[in-house]
Amino acid sequence: MNTFIIAGLLIVLLGLAYQMGWSKSRALATPNGLRVHSRGQYHGTLVALWTLIPAVLVLAVWAFFSPGVTHWYIVSQIPTDVLTSLDQVGLNQQMQRIRDLASGFGVTGELRPFEQAAGENLARFQLLSFLIMVAAAAGLGILGLLFARRRINARLRARNEVERFISWALIACSAVAILTTLGIVASLVTEAFRFFTYVNPLDFFFGTVWAPRFSSTGAGDAGQYGLLPLLAGTLMISAIAMLVAVPVGLMAAIYLNQYAHANVRRVVKPIIEVLAGIPTIVYGFFALVTVGPFLRDFGTAVGLNISATSALTAGLVMGVMIIPFISSLSDDILNQVPRTLRDGAYGLGATQSETIRNVLLPAALPGIVGAFLLAVSRAIGETMIVVLAAGNAPILRGNPLEPVSTITVSIVNQLTGDTDFTGPQSLVAFALGLTLFIMTLCLNIVALYIVRRFREQYE
Amino acid sequence: MTDTSLDSAAIRRQRVRAGLSRRHLGERLFRFFGILAICLALGFVALLFTDVLRKGIPAFTQSNIRLEVAFDPELLKVDPAPEHAPGQSDADFRAARLGWERQVAMLNWNNVVEAALRNAAPAGFEIDSRQLLTITESDARHRVRELFVANPALLGQTAQVDLLASANTDNWVKGNINRDLGDSQQQLSAPARALIDIFEENGTITQGFAWSLFTNVDSRSAPASAGLLGALMGTFWMMLIVIILAVPLGVGSAIYLEEFAPKSRLTDLIEVNINNLAAVPSIVFGLLGAAVFINWFRLPLSAPLAGGLVLTLMTLPTIIIATRAALKGVSPALRQAALGMGASKTQMVFHHVLPVTFPSILTATIIGVAQAMGETAPLLLIGMNAFVASVPGTPIEQATALPVQIYLWQGNENRNFFEPRTSAAIMVLLAFMITLNAIAIFLRSRLEKRA
Amino acid sequence: MDMLAGKVKMTDQTLSANLDPADMIDHPIRLTARDVTVHYGAKQALHGISIDIPDRAVTAFIGPSGCGKSTFLRCINRMNDTIEGARVGGRIELDGQDIYAPDLDVVELRARVGMVFQKPNPFPKSIYDNVAYGPRIHGLARNKADLDEIVISSLRKAGLFEEVKDRLNEPGTGLSGGQQQRLCIARAIAVGPEVILMDEPCSALDPIATAIIEELIDELRTNYTIVIVTHSMQQAARVSQKTAFFHLGNLIEQGDTEDIFTNPVNKQTQDYIMGRIG
Repeated sequence: MNTFIIAGLLIVLLGLAYQMGWSKSRALATPNGLRVHSRGQYHGTLVALWTLIPAVLVLAVWAFFSPGVTHWYIVSQIPTDVLTSLDQVGLNQQMQRIRDLASGFGVTGELRPFEQAAGENLARFQLLSFLIMVAAAAGLGILGLLFARRRINARLRARNEVERFISWALIACSAVAILTTLGIVASLVTEAFRFFTYVNPLDFFFGTVWAPRFSSTGAGDAGQYGLLPLLAGTLMISAIAMLVAVPVGLMAAIYLNQYAHANVRRVVKPIIEVLAGIPTIVYGFFALVTVGPFLRDFGTAVGLNISATSALTAGLVMGVMIIPFISSLSDDILNQVPRTLRDGAYGLGATQSETIRNVLLPAALPGIVGAFLLAVSRAIGETMIVVLAAGNAPILRGNPLEPVSTITVSIVNQLTGDTDFTGPQSLVAFALGLTLFIMTLCLNIVALYIVRRFREQYE
Repeated sequence: MTDTSLDSAAIRRQRVRAGLSRRHLGERLFRFFGILAICLALGFVALLFTDVLRKGIPAFTQSNIRLEVAFDPELLKVDPAPEHAPGQSDADFRAARLGWERQVAMLNWNNVVEAALRNAAPAGFEIDSRQLLTITESDARHRVRELFVANPALLGQTAQVDLLASANTDNWVKGNINRDLGDSQQQLSAPARALIDIFEENGTITQGFAWSLFTNVDSRSAPASAGLLGALMGTFWMMLIVIILAVPLGVGSAIYLEEFAPKSRLTDLIEVNINNLAAVPSIVFGLLGAAVFINWFRLPLSAPLAGGLVLTLMTLPTIIIATRAALKGVSPALRQAALGMGASKTQMVFHHVLPVTFPSILTATIIGVAQAMGETAPLLLIGMNAFVASVPGTPIEQATALPVQIYLWQGNENRNFFEPRTSAAIMVLLAFMITLNAIAIFLRSRLEKRA
Repeated sequence: MDMLAGKVKMTDQTLSANLDPADMIDHPIRLTARDVTVHYGAKQALHGISIDIPDRAVTAFIGPSGCGKSTFLRCINRMNDTIEGARVGGRIELDGQDIYAPDLDVVELRARVGMVFQKPNPFPKSIYDNVAYGPRIHGLARNKADLDEIVISSLRKAGLFEEVKDRLNEPGTGLSGGQQQRLCIARAIAVGPEVILMDEPCSALDPIATAIIEELIDELRTNYTIVIVTHSMQQAARVSQKTAFFHLGNLIEQGDTEDIFTNPVNKQTQDYIMGRIG
């Protein structure tokens, strides 16, 4: 209810401010034919901004402090002897009773004298503080309005001031992206650093055993946090994914780009790109309930022991997920190779496939390598498919038919449901996250650099 | 002629000809591999969709049991519901009402359900109460009780009530359970199975569209009543936050970087930074959310607010990059024309350039939102995988999201029942994403035609 | 008028310098085209072109840009096949054989009819590999020594060998524009074609490089049938023995270069040569 009152007041005030700025500007312009620097709507906007900003500042301050102040006020209304007799739960109940009295909802049970008084006082206090806040916001807003309105004259560069405000707002928007990166780096580094106060970084980066103990099973032993089994699993699954995605994605791109009729391309390309839009949880489910059992049965049929959840299952499905990524990037890159190169090869009597293999692909190679690196970085950071289908067995082994675990799976396992960040059990997630972030960052930077250089080469 | 025998055209042509069949074979092979790759990719799409559809479609129908429930005063010994007396405070009335409801809840409503079931069964059918009650879902007694609480006048009357059949009953009716298995391997006892078959024949059990999938919240004790409403609302709140925050921030920073920022090392750095941010694994954003939003800012755990903020940060680079590309594509002629008319740079951007790029920005936004909608991993790290059996009314209440609900359901032990249900949830998610993408494509073509 | 007079005078000079009566008399016809039409989608680019192209001589196609001369050139080795939506009608014969016959192998055809393009387009490979590429795919060399010899002799014929002999393993893209174009000519020669098609080979080059290439073309005509598309009348006059004038997709006039330039029959040809169109 209060929110609507405030919003309504604010809108009325803003409309008023705009109107006043605008009409004063009109008044300047019409009678004596003065050359006014800015147009009326800029004067209006400027006055509105001068009104809005102080009012919003007041509201923000109030929103920030009012819960604390109210809390303090209610506590001050409870007699000291009652207060000392209450524990935390009792205090909360007591405060809720006073609030209910103040709001007129009422309470059950016997009404103690101080409660009645406290309720009435609180109601008065809330009304008063609300009125003061509204008055302060409106008053400051109106002050801003009057100030800005006084400043309006023919020479005021209102448009420039409004534009300066807009450009500062835009800069603030761009700052968010930077802050995000800083936030990622800061949170990963500080929490990982805390983890390394429990576990030696050498043991983490070169340890071959991953066996974290959960805090509930005993405080003394923190378990072992060796990265290598997870890293091996991550790399194995990524390698399998690339083995699936690269040939299929690249050949599909080549066929669509070089051979397929325009109509075929128009139909097939979006269908393949559908694969890129499917959420990874869907792939994970598909891997778990369809691909895994199929591979297991297939293994049994040919006498191989394939686990239903294994590096192979996860890798295969992840490869499917990456196909459209590779094919659309490769398609873009093939489009950038100049047509004259192809013509040169055709003119010599090369067949189409010879042209593609000997001329087009070598020319496009840097760009395609960049695309592959981006795809690898994707595979390494992919989470849901491996959480569901890789088998969660953090053991250092080389057989892709057995369950493995990955960095991302362990992050999920270690951090899910636990946000105290008190022990190495949960802090290790940040060390893993940092490792993952650095790996993908390096891949991305190299890849983006290569792709950029490639584009410049043919521009 | 200074050359060797090669200059003889005849020999040359002979050599070219000798290699032709091999080269054409190579050409055909290469082409074949291309077609094979296309077929594989299309095959994967087809396989994925048919698999999800095949598993998910049955879950959209569910077995209902229509019973004549008698609210027998013999079974339901309860005071009359309290009335709001004049002069009574709201708090006192609520206390009285709660007391009455507690009293109602203490009654054994299973007896009522059991009586109704027995009434529907053929006379003299031998089955014990425990077995009988496995036919309806375990929330049946709550449903009947809620009816009574809503309308206390039902006491002593009989009402027709549609109840959900239990997950096991549903599986049995749909033939998901092998009927030849022995008693020890069956979830349902032999009399219960027989009675279900009778019910199915006499029309007590019917198949209907599973509205409960959309109108119920998640449930563990009553699997057949588990629905997506809570997850849908959670996703709705998060998408609302993403749209409110990511679109203005993304478009704003794209405008700044593309139109206003001086070309400096700093701008280059920001550009590299945004490109990299777009490729940072989503789970890293989850870690950021856990450390910054939950641990430092103390935002509520499992709430759409934190989830929405994480997804906003994740979507931001997508929107920035797409908007910048759109801005880059605006012809310099338009800019020069605007500037030549005496428009300031801000006016040029907001009056002339931005309207032209509106379709692309809209498309990018929708695609970004669709991507955020399907994201699971970062939400797991900020506690959105908690079991929540309520509909979040505000973005700071506990909630889950559609993809996370899929994750939770696929892990349910009752595989036989939850695999179709998970597939159905996936169908709902995919339907949303396809709709969003279709809207994006449609709007784009509409707006571009108009422009 | 002065400028025009200069032009005509210059053509006269170059013509007389180039004129070798022995060349002009009995060159057998190598290529014949009858009623060739080309459509790009719904648009017709060529309207019934018929022409005879003589052996071991340079035939120049001239005309204003967009007149269809390059399109016709690309019909001769079926490069139009690589453009989606292009349809070629009529009949083109090389040594009496229909090059659009269904059983004709376009790979074999292009080995016999080489092509040099408007913009130098060396492959992103070494100079050696650029030249060796054609012989390699066609299996022309029996061994490494054979291949070396083909590469060296082709570079020699293209007048490039002396300039690049120390850096055969460096990328071809590092050469200057004129050198790149001569590399492309060497690449075409290395396959040992009988006909070489040149699509405005000098349009991207400076005057000095152009002069070198023109000299080279003049030398090559003793061994090859050369068809050159050019928008420069001076170039046509300098290097060709036969000239065909195209306008708006039609072949307006053809004949000995001397006749076309000194004594054009058709009004449009006159206008073009006088500089009134184009």
